[in-house]
Amino acid sequence: MLSFILRRLGQSVLVMAAVSLISFSLFNFVGDPVNNMVGQEATREDRVFIRQELGLDDPIPVQYFRFLGNALQGDFGLSYRIKRPVNELIKERLPATLELVLVSAVIALVFGIAAGVYTGIRRNGWFSKFILSGSLVGVSLPTFIIGIGLIYLFAVTLRWLPSSGRAGVVELGWWKTSFLSVDGWRSIILPAITLSLFQLTMILRLVRSEMLEVMQTDYIKFARARGLSERAINFVHALKNTLVPVITIIGLNIGGLIAFSVITETVFQWPGTGLMFIQAVDFADVPIMAAYLCFVALVFVIVNLVVDLLYVLIDPRIRIAGR
Amino acid sequence: MSMLLEIDNLDVDFLTRRGTINAAKDVSLQVTAGEVLGLVGESGAGKSTIGNAIIDLLESPGEVSGGSIRFQGEELRGKNEDEMRRIRGDRIGMIFQDPQTSLNPLLRIGEQLVETILKTKRIGQSEAQKSAIELLESVGITEARARLKSYPHQFSGGMRQRVVIALALAGDPDLIIADEPTTALDVSVQAQILDLIRGLCKSRNLGVIIVTHDIGVIANIADRVAVMFRGNIVETGEVAQILGNPQHEYTKSLIAAVPRADKRLHRFASVDYIDGTGDQSSAGLQRIDINTHWLGKKSQLQLTAAQSSEASAIEVKDLSLAFKLQGAILKRNRRMLQAVDKVSFAIAQGEAFGLVGESGSGKSTVARLIAGLHKPDSGSVEIIGQNVLGNQKDPLVKAARLNLQMIFQDPYSSLNGRLRVLDIVAEPIRFYKQSDNEKHTRQLVHDLLDHVGLGGSAALRYPHEFSGGQRQRISIARALASRPRILICDEPTSALDVSIQAQILNLLKDLQDELGLTLLFISHDLPVIRQMCDRVAVMRNGAICEIATTEDLFNSPQHEYSQHLLELMPRMDVIGG
Repeated sequence: MLSFILRRLGQSVLVMAAVSLISFSLFNFVGDPVNNMVGQEATREDRVFIRQELGLDDPIPVQYFRFLGNALQGDFGLSYRIKRPVNELIKERLPATLELVLVSAVIALVFGIAAGVYTGIRRNGWFSKFILSGSLVGVSLPTFIIGIGLIYLFAVTLRWLPSSGRAGVVELGWWKTSFLSVDGWRSIILPAITLSLFQLTMILRLVRSEMLEVMQTDYIKFARARGLSERAINFVHALKNTLVPVITIIGLNIGGLIAFSVITETVFQWPGTGLMFIQAVDFADVPIMAAYLCFVALVFVIVNLVVDLLYVLIDPRIRIAGR
Repeated sequence: MSMLLEIDNLDVDFLTRRGTINAAKDVSLQVTAGEVLGLVGESGAGKSTIGNAIIDLLESPGEVSGGSIRFQGEELRGKNEDEMRRIRGDRIGMIFQDPQTSLNPLLRIGEQLVETILKTKRIGQSEAQKSAIELLESVGITEARARLKSYPHQFSGGMRQRVVIALALAGDPDLIIADEPTTALDVSVQAQILDLIRGLCKSRNLGVIIVTHDIGVIANIADRVAVMFRGNIVETGEVAQILGNPQHEYTKSLIAAVPRADKRLHRFASVDYIDGTGDQSSAGLQRIDINTHWLGKKSQLQLTAAQSSEASAIEVKDLSLAFKLQGAILKRNRRMLQAVDKVSFAIAQGEAFGLVGESGSGKSTVARLIAGLHKPDSGSVEIIGQNVLGNQKDPLVKAARLNLQMIFQDPYSSLNGRLRVLDIVAEPIRFYKQSDNEKHTRQLVHDLLDHVGLGGSAALRYPHEFSGGQRQRISIARALASRPRILICDEPTSALDVSIQAQILNLLKDLQDELGLTLLFISHDLPVIRQMCDRVAVMRNGAICEIATTEDLFNSPQHEYSQHLLELMPRMDVIGG
């Protein structure tokens, strides 16, 4: 078990090293950083001075290890555009994104699993068929169209919810949360639903097909023959077995939620890291782009590590094999 | 003796698109307490359907359309789902065929037991725990308290079946329906489980219905037997009477088809009643004259190798292979399984050599090593005098390998479902370029299909259109296509019904006689080995215990383990003749 975790950690370190190399290379390939920083009227001497200050004259491996050393301490340098440390900027923006992802992940999980189990058990009910055809909308429409549609319906026409932005924020130390005020909840609900819809559909369909498969197995038949109640069969015996593959997908998806929050945040003008990233791309603000890349990769790596451990926790057969 | 279960004129229908199929017709059965009733028949006879109908677990679209099922004087038909749930587990327990799949793999067996006990009795958690331990002990599981925390995969097959039996007994039922309870188990484990079931039946005064295709099981455990054929019960009575003096034609041919362990017959008895089309394996075939027929001609590749007729067909020396169970960086931490341990034997040309042993004894691994599907750790394999472990591109090695073909156990997964039979059988011919053109290839395939009793028209169909026995015939045709001189048959009939088994074994025997084939025949089934083989090797834990001629082995086994295996063989004394 310990060797399994160590091996996984080793793999994660490799992935992060590769990603850091890619983000570092952004500095050298996305335009000349000095040109981006100084204005038109800067003199040649100014440029040379800044170049030396930033250590851009050093050999590339030296620059890379300096970047790596700083990155490990959470220092990604100054944003070219805002002239503030990147890690501060991310720290400010991160709560907004994490809260959005958390709410949408909960929505996707709760409704996805519930609807998946329901449609798996009541295979031929009219409500199952309704859910299934409705869920097609979730997969086939792009996120921004759903977002714009929701804004039009709930913000413009019905005027129930705000159309964009993050109102009603309460400060808890450096963490700004939307969860402690009605306005906060009102403004998070539309972007969260928009972000969750695709994942919800995936989970629903996966749980349903797994459920259908598990219901055919001998141990379900044997559970029936022992006279166990339908509820025990569906929710203890069947559901636990469907969760093994579902967890893998969910793990990948939570990473995806964070990465894809870019679009949702743009549509709803949600002040999170995704929106920051898009603005950074507009202005070729390389430090922010590099930091965001490393950050997203780190999230993926951590989530996958957790998923692997959960997998072992749920399925005892993997525990013994030790892989 | 009180009447426990009475089934009168039961009809079960499956409504399908192509009309109604009567899975059971006018079936009447009685079971009394303390009695084991055997329900025997071949696949599709409807015997499992009856078991499922009793506890109302028929798979859709099956339904009971007539007759009555009275259990302890109470009519079960027409009860609603809730009432049935109280009967299942509490009063009627069920045991299924495959212990590998009938336990939930993600729940500890303690959880599964306690859950079932709590459902049937009004007692607390700790008392349920205690009664779970008692149950496990009563089915012969030692250290029951510690075992409650184990997951199903931590038990062996036989132990798992004991757990399944404990679960079926959890609600103190009065009737147990066991659907092929030992089919997936080894013969020694089978004997223990049958003893256990019989012991429980007598000590708890249970009624037991054993559903099986295996006459040997019936002979060992049942008091009375009902023989089913195509949804009908053709004969019911005491075991000794039915097996010793069968009245119905079907029963007679079924019993005749069972391989005999006590004497060797030239052929298996013809079982024409069973599929109604006559014994295809002899009647429908033209005889092959090996001297003129193309199957006797050597191919170009075979001619390149100088093969002496004196060399052994297969000779293996000190063959060893270990599988890695658990990898580790340090060698001493690795866990290895010695699957094959210094195995040596030689098979003469034209001989039928048997390899017998229980599951995990390494007999299939030996076959795979010879066929080149695994590489041995050490030892040598020679096919007709040619060492075949060297460079696989060497034309001599290729030619030697061409002489050897394999037939696998499972006729369902060993044929590619996306290919037509024509392409399946033609593949070796095309691969080895053994025909001049496509027309010639087709001609050869038709010829082969004729010889295995399928007829050329089978060529254009897909494997799923055929039954298990027919598929095994396709496998045999495919194996013969490259004109081999040696066939390795890895449990070729263990997935088949006894009547079909007899046909396939007859076919193999005929082909062996006609083509002078050498057979390496692998089986766990001693009676089949006795009928098929000239010499036998008994394997256990990867090593060979004893090699003897078949007659010697069955009459006076030398090794302790061989004696043990022979003792465990289901006794068929009751069968006359």
